Amino acid sequence: MSENPTRLSPAARLSRWLKNVASAARARRQAAEKRNLHLGNEHSEPVANAGSASAAVFRLPVKWLVSGPPFIFLLLFFVAPGLIMVLASFRYPGEFGGLAPVISVDPNALHGLTLETYGFFFSDLIYAEIFAKSFLVALAATLTCLVMAYPLALLIARSPKKSRDPMVLLVILPFASNFLIRIYAWMILLGPQAVPSLLVNGLLGTLGMAPVHLLFSPFAVLVALVYVHLPFMVLPLYTNLEKHDPVLLDAARDLGANAWQRFWRVTFPLSLPGIFSGATLVFIPVLGMFAIPDILGGTGDMLIGNLIKEQFLGTRDWPFGSTLSIMLTITVLACVWLAARLGGMGRRHA
Amino acid sequence: MAQLEIRNVTRRFGDFVAVDNISLNIEAGEFFTLLGPSGCGKTTILRMIAGFDLPDAGQILLDGKDLADTPPEQRPVRTVFQSYALFPHMTVAQNIAFPLVMARLPQNEIRQRTQETLKHMRLADKADHYPRELSGGQQQRVALGRALISRPRLLLLDEPLAALDAKLREEMQIELINLQRDVGITFVFVTHAQDEALALSHHIAVMNRGRVEQVDEPSKLYGFPKSRFVADFIGHINMLDAQVLEAAHGHTRLNIHGLGEITAPPVAGVAVDGLTSGVGGVFAIRPEQVRIGIRGEVAELKNHFPGEVRNLLYCGDVTTYKVLLANGAMIEALLPNSAPGRAELFKVGDTVKVGWRHDAGVFLHE
Repeated sequence: MSENPTRLSPAARLSRWLKNVASAARARRQAAEKRNLHLGNEHSEPVANAGSASAAVFRLPVKWLVSGPPFIFLLLFFVAPGLIMVLASFRYPGEFGGLAPVISVDPNALHGLTLETYGFFFSDLIYAEIFAKSFLVALAATLTCLVMAYPLALLIARSPKKSRDPMVLLVILPFASNFLIRIYAWMILLGPQAVPSLLVNGLLGTLGMAPVHLLFSPFAVLVALVYVHLPFMVLPLYTNLEKHDPVLLDAARDLGANAWQRFWRVTFPLSLPGIFSGATLVFIPVLGMFAIPDILGGTGDMLIGNLIKEQFLGTRDWPFGSTLSIMLTITVLACVWLAARLGGMGRRHA
Repeated sequence: MAQLEIRNVTRRFGDFVAVDNISLNIEAGEFFTLLGPSGCGKTTILRMIAGFDLPDAGQILLDGKDLADTPPEQRPVRTVFQSYALFPHMTVAQNIAFPLVMARLPQNEIRQRTQETLKHMRLADKADHYPRELSGGQQQRVALGRALISRPRLLLLDEPLAALDAKLREEMQIELINLQRDVGITFVFVTHAQDEALALSHHIAVMNRGRVEQVDEPSKLYGFPKSRFVADFIGHINMLDAQVLEAAHGHTRLNIHGLGEITAPPVAGVAVDGLTSGVGGVFAIRPEQVRIGIRGEVAELKNHFPGEVRNLLYCGDVTTYKVLLANGAMIEALLPNSAPGRAELFKVGDTVKVGWRHDAGVFLHE
């Protein structure tokens, strides 16, 4: 654009002048920085320039001081027990529970390492079945949580800023009371004398069908699993939805998208990272859960968690309990890896 | 009939009247700008045209049809938002195709028109990129392409250049002008930057406090502002308190307070006989219309007064002088440094003559 100098507006001239001042100031600052480097080491300016990362080196001790304690904690109470468990899974069970020694002076006593437990795990389909059932239950709980949490998270995220925090507080309020107490509360709520049972059986009665037990059923387990884990789905979803730029929805609307299209084309795809974090936070704990099936489930509702608990506390077969734990850990890690990959795909564009 | 008619539209937010009984006519195919300081109601008007907001009173008609009952998604109106509002999870091609997908057009047509638009907006090589991988100018072209692909009747632009740096802004201004000429779609542009409005528009409505101060072509707006607000808001201007001595055909005689008599052009837009002598107001004159000198030329001008250089800002191509007049008023003069006879630069403290032609400046009555 050819500028007629006389026609340049005073505002444009001022901004040009300010830009000159700014660039001069920047140059001065850079020169000063270079001088400082010269003071430090006259002949190694290139080295100093290249080694701006050296600042990070100085901060190294601080870094270790800060991250050291949690690191040591995890090493002692997560990594070490993990390794002990891996080792335990290759050992024989002790005569009265516990583990048989690895080395023994008595060659007739049970000792040493073995793959027996793993053979046992893969030899009987019942374990694979329990694993599969646990995964299905976890999947059902996760999906139910998602369906229930999404509208709630959306409602909170679209509420006026002032009312969001109280609503989030309400979501996490159940954590204030003890987990087991809340589970036992469901025993009463789903019991045969409580309103839900009476309602359902009343309805079934009028339809001429046999009454059902709500308690000690897969239904009761699912209800409690969803109830306990719902906040873990709501919070990441809310955190994600709250960050969405509302102008995107205006734009979608302006470009001809109706409410349904706006949700499925804009809000939902942008919330995928939140869905994946929420799903991970629900799916994994549900998979290892044993208290809820123990308390609210029937005899047929055994999950992996119950099975593992049974090995350690019931049959006292520690090596097999360890094997089951390791198999669970491996499958969970595989799930996390998958979720991270899928979530990462969503996050790339959010 | 104008393509877009805004009839006596008012919009209140609580006690605050954002848009106060505004009427505007926007012709088909023109580049129309709503210009004003922040809070003047220009964005509210834009949102009402788009349908995101509804007037409390008055009507908005597009091609003669009242839009009141048409939701935004059904109006043949598209908006380019200040932040562009590109969908971050969609590629450039997906963003541009979005309105066609929403309209459920056949796949073939969507693909073909998306390709055309990509090419037209010089984004063909960026089709599979995501918005965050693009520069500001490219993002803006995506927003424009996305808004124009469904061939709307009206394109609304809400300060789309505000986020760009100065150099890119200038480039995009030229692109916008060319694009508007190419597609022939009516553009309604909102900005608070007067230089941008002057450079781009066919017509500008200058707004202040929810009201329209003046609607005119850029050159008329700059040369013949009708109110003090417009004079002050558009470009730089000197204002001197003045009183009408005589309003005749062809010229006006004014008394500048504390200086003396000058001859000024007839008052634009006001019937000459409507201004009787004694009416007070200001005489407004642009810095580039003011000449300063020591000898000759300036003294030959009809209106000239002595003054003293108090400040100067040398900018290479031009120099701005601030000259103190005898009545205590400071007048600003903008002189090109390259013009013949301008080789001499005045210094602070120089006594000079300040003058302007008898047909320069405007009188704005109270």
